[in-house]
Amino acid sequence: MVAKGTLLGDARSKAAELAECISQIASDRSEAAFEVLFRYFAPRIKSYCLRLGADASGAEEITQEAMVSIWRNAGQFDPKKASPSTWIFTIARNLSIDRFRKSRRPQFDPDDPALVPEDQQPPDRLLETVETEEKVRTIMQSLSPNERNVLMLAFYENLSHSEISRQLGIPVGTVKSRIRLAFAKIRSTLEAKDGADR
Amino acid sequence: MTINFHLSNDILLRYSSGTLDEASSLLVATHLALCPHCRTRNALADSLGGYLLDSIEATPVSPDMIDAVLAQVRNDAPPPATKPPSDAAAAAVIPQPLRTYLGGDIDALQWKRLAPRIHQIPIETADRRSKARLLRFQSGLKVPSHGHNGRELTLVLAGSLCDRDAVLFRGDISETDERTEHQPHAGPGDDCICLAVTDAPLRFNSMFARLLQPLFGI
Repeated sequence: MVAKGTLLGDARSKAAELAECISQIASDRSEAAFEVLFRYFAPRIKSYCLRLGADASGAEEITQEAMVSIWRNAGQFDPKKASPSTWIFTIARNLSIDRFRKSRRPQFDPDDPALVPEDQQPPDRLLETVETEEKVRTIMQSLSPNERNVLMLAFYENLSHSEISRQLGIPVGTVKSRIRLAFAKIRSTLEAKDGADR
Repeated sequence: MTINFHLSNDILLRYSSGTLDEASSLLVATHLALCPHCRTRNALADSLGGYLLDSIEATPVSPDMIDAVLAQVRNDAPPPATKPPSDAAAAAVIPQPLRTYLGGDIDALQWKRLAPRIHQIPIETADRRSKARLLRFQSGLKVPSHGHNGRELTLVLAGSLCDRDAVLFRGDISETDERTEHQPHAGPGDDCICLAVTDAPLRFNSMFARLLQPLFGI
């Protein structure tokens, strides 16, 4: 279910390659770069949609829509703020909510005059988002495959503890303790970041 | 403005995974507009989604899909160079996307009287799992003591709200669940305006309040 964890260095160079492809689509409308992105992401987006409960044709439609949206919005991708996978995850997620849940996911508008801006940040602050994102990845890779599996079911499919327990054939108590452990590790990352600006 | 009461990790992770209901997501988005600190945490929660997308299995897509996508985008007009100007004056009190849901900023709102010294505006959402409403309490007003059958999220937008030994100001969040019994009251000074989201009817403790509950619809 979960691909074997790659070394962090591989993940970093893969992310850099994909980010370069997005910027080539934005600057040159490069179809070759798009093909690289497509080969990597389209089959993953399709899996994501299937996990959310889409049927095969619905998953294909969302995947196609997501890939169109990636092309059209490539100029808005900011590699300082998110990795390509994170940016594309948010695109696929938003399309899925519109389509499958017939619901909306309200989002703040970064250009809203009522938005409270960041305090004056030290100049290295921009680097931090990407670094912290890497830290989250390191933590995820330190989880056992079992812990990661449970987390994926909870995060992607919103299954209840008892549904996960049935699907994986493990006791509910084990599901709960795995989720608790995985969340505790992630939380410590989220909160280590918090401390300073509270 | 310093915000002291933030979104919980649970709510943030559910918002990020896309599983949170629309009304609660509206409250989360409104808080994010006011809270740079939680915007950073939200970006981290999204990165978890990115990680999971990297580690998910690959399911083959139809071999024609890439050509279909390219055919669709090849004739795109170049994107507009500038974004359309924002609809709001520089002094908007209510952040987006809440302003759109309400149809205007604070001065344009059509308040409905709910009880003496309490006004409300119910907010329409397509998703019926939960209800959002804007509430306005006159200063000093005590909300009848109540418990909850489900979760209640409150975001203060103006004035202040005293709840269980804490004082909440603009941007602050209060999250209660079925174990919470509380009697919040509006602080002194300006009216307290807050966005409240409930996923189940409140459970009022006094007989009087319980009798009125079906009338108020809360």
